[in-house]
Amino acid sequence: MLIYILKRLLFMIPMLLGITIISFAVIHLPPGEPGALGIEMNPKVTKEVRDRIRSIYGLDQPLHVQYLTWLKRTAKLDFGRSFSSDGRPVIDKIKERLPITISIDLLSMILILIIGIPIGVYSARYKDSLLDKGLTAFVFATYAIPLFWLALLFMLLFGVHLDLLPISGLKSFNYEELTFFQKALDLGHHLVLPIFLSALGGLAGISRYMKSSLLEVLRQDYITTAYAKGLPEKLILRRHAMRNALLPVITILGLSVPGLIGGSVIFESIFAIPGMGQLFYMSVMSRDYPTIMGILVIGAFLTLFGNLLADICYAVADPRIRIG
Amino acid sequence: MLKKIALLLLIILLLACRKEGDSTKYEEKGKPAYGDTLITSSIGEASNLIPILASDSASHDIAGYIYNGLVKYDKDLHIVGDLSESWDFSPDKLSITFHLRKNIRWHDGKPFTARDVLYTYKVIVDPKTPTPYSGDFLMVKKAEMLDDYTFRVTYGEPFAPALLSWAVSILPHHLLEGHDITASPLSRHPIGTGPYRFREWIGGDRLVLEANGDYFEGRPYMGRHVTRVIPDPATMFLELKNNGIDMASLTPLQYVKQTDYPKFNRQFNKFKYLSFSYVYLGYNLKHPFFRDKRVRQAITYAIDKQEIVDGILLGQGVAAEGPYKPDMWAFNPKIEKHPFDPGKARTLLGQAGFMKGPDGRLWKDGKAFEFTILCNQGNEVRIRCAELIQQRLASLGITVKIRVIEWASFVNQYIDRRNYEAVILGWTISQDPDIFDIWHSSKQNPKELNFMGFENREVDDLLVRARRTFDQEERRRCYWKIQDILSEEQPYTFLFIPYATLAVHKRIKGIEPAAAGIGYNFREWFVPEGQQRYRTRNNNAHLHP
Repeated sequence: MLIYILKRLLFMIPMLLGITIISFAVIHLPPGEPGALGIEMNPKVTKEVRDRIRSIYGLDQPLHVQYLTWLKRTAKLDFGRSFSSDGRPVIDKIKERLPITISIDLLSMILILIIGIPIGVYSARYKDSLLDKGLTAFVFATYAIPLFWLALLFMLLFGVHLDLLPISGLKSFNYEELTFFQKALDLGHHLVLPIFLSALGGLAGISRYMKSSLLEVLRQDYITTAYAKGLPEKLILRRHAMRNALLPVITILGLSVPGLIGGSVIFESIFAIPGMGQLFYMSVMSRDYPTIMGILVIGAFLTLFGNLLADICYAVADPRIRIG
Repeated sequence: MLKKIALLLLIILLLACRKEGDSTKYEEKGKPAYGDTLITSSIGEASNLIPILASDSASHDIAGYIYNGLVKYDKDLHIVGDLSESWDFSPDKLSITFHLRKNIRWHDGKPFTARDVLYTYKVIVDPKTPTPYSGDFLMVKKAEMLDDYTFRVTYGEPFAPALLSWAVSILPHHLLEGHDITASPLSRHPIGTGPYRFREWIGGDRLVLEANGDYFEGRPYMGRHVTRVIPDPATMFLELKNNGIDMASLTPLQYVKQTDYPKFNRQFNKFKYLSFSYVYLGYNLKHPFFRDKRVRQAITYAIDKQEIVDGILLGQGVAAEGPYKPDMWAFNPKIEKHPFDPGKARTLLGQAGFMKGPDGRLWKDGKAFEFTILCNQGNEVRIRCAELIQQRLASLGITVKIRVIEWASFVNQYIDRRNYEAVILGWTISQDPDIFDIWHSSKQNPKELNFMGFENREVDDLLVRARRTFDQEERRRCYWKIQDILSEEQPYTFLFIPYATLAVHKRIKGIEPAAAGIGYNFREWFVPEGQQRYRTRNNNAHLHP
């Protein structure tokens, strides 16, 4: 087992290297230079100034030299300083935004599970009932509606017309003067709409998975046996069917772990939430290479690590993988 | 049971923050009073509050409240003293001596002296400083500090825009000298001399400034200035309507239609002023058809500028005839106008040798008159302009194609390589009328701004002459002549100058739009006692001693 894990860990190194090489090449392919340097179409920037700025950032070097410099630094876990004009260490920029994105994504995932699984179970148990059809229509509708548009409508309704919820941002104007309890309430207030809306988009997937895998299980012989034994239906569903039916859903959840740090550009822009999606989008638009690479490397590492964890779990569960 | 509790909690959460109705009367003029907060918003977050290192407008907007330059513009765009009381030129006009104000203190209490000015100059020209603004300062031959309050710069040749370049934010030498400016904590916690001092920056969320009670021109009335980061324009508009922000710029549609209802009018004042920018249709002057100025004039006559302003900007702009806005001193009011006149356009094209072919299109030398207008992606106004132009020119028999390209490749693949026939672009109009970089024939190398290849000996001479004199009358004469030549040559078809349109909450008084915009007298904006909205605990913490 230990050897298996070690083998997998070693295998991650060339994989990570390959990812960085491809990412580095691809982000340098599109034309344009770090826009935040302010040297594009700016009458005040003379040629000497431009050359000087480029050499300060090492942009005058050939690409492979730039890559090696970057790699040497990154090997020491230093992601360098951003090319945007704040010049802050990339790791600080990520650290500032990561907790916000992770907590919003986690909360909305929990909400998806809380709502989506019961919908799936109900739809499987009462297949083809009127409510099942209604729920199916509902989850597909939420999947199909452009969420940014729905978000604006909700903001208009709850924010402007009813004046119940704040429209955007995470903290009220007087946040720093609130007590701890008020602060929590304030944050909660601001999070209602973003979390609710981002959960809405994920409902369809989970509830459909739940439904189909539960249907699959309900067809099995041992369920028939359980019914024949005269077990109450609640018990059959909970103890025998659900446990088995949840496995594929958990696999899906495992796969979405790297997505937790991704964030969403559109959502974050509309609700003015300073998250990872916006950071990544802005750094791509301004060709802020160190920040792009930093986010990509962290994302790649988490994905590889998540896969490794999943594989280890499988190996623990299934001796055939471990030995074969 | 659990469900019920959850539902109850949700309802409480929803109701807890309900605001009471707003019945304050904002019509009353009231007396100036200290206090209250102005909340504004920005699409992008400020990046660096050391202005010479920042290239984004969000940073400069905020830094403008924190720092001062040696000189600044007044509301009519004349240069006046800021940190300097006065200045004089040497007889040969090669050096400028600034006499600095005394008794100015940095926000941390240290006195401001000429040492700070000298440091600022040195750090800008330091090759290790990544600043896009060193161009003007590299022309300085010598900078010296005569005493604590006198500073002199000497140039190799007289250079009129030089005076303006000293509007650059002066940095505190006692906090920066000997440190690496790119790693300085001042980029997140700035210390300046300006009317507002830095209070707090919540990353990605907001940036808070508070009034500097010690400001040398007097304490500003507004107690705080908060800039929220709201990346989405639709959200920004909702926040404005909901009183989440007090000031926001409006699109023409929002300005004309979507804000025209009683509740909004009761709470907000709308302002407009000519923005510092113009949009133009630029021609590649090396193109065989566009080389002929009659063709360019004809296209200008064929375009209905007023139609563009009315149809696309909903009237929120004025037709442009040259590179200046009408309320600047350099603007030539007697410039020859080019009204919409398709008949004249037809005659001019005929003189240039274009004949109508059997297909109804114009032909010359066996080639149909056909060209492509490039636009950059994301700018809807320019794309729609191109469509209107396309339709107008089609009626003359000219086929126009439109291509929309992402900005970076637009600049690198097309503009820099001169690989285009016509473009729709915009320029920012700087407050100083020097337009050397755009029109001088020496500025045609890749990455330089005379990318359409304009060459006119007379304009070259006038541009240089205007740069070499500090006499405003003389400069005015030069720029007027340049506008006459540009009007005749039509290297661009100048399309329009849009209005900047914005809404500000009515409780805020003292706003007077002028040529310089509205921000020039922010220090004098106030909210009368009875109409103040935000009271902060330490409202009076920074009373003047």
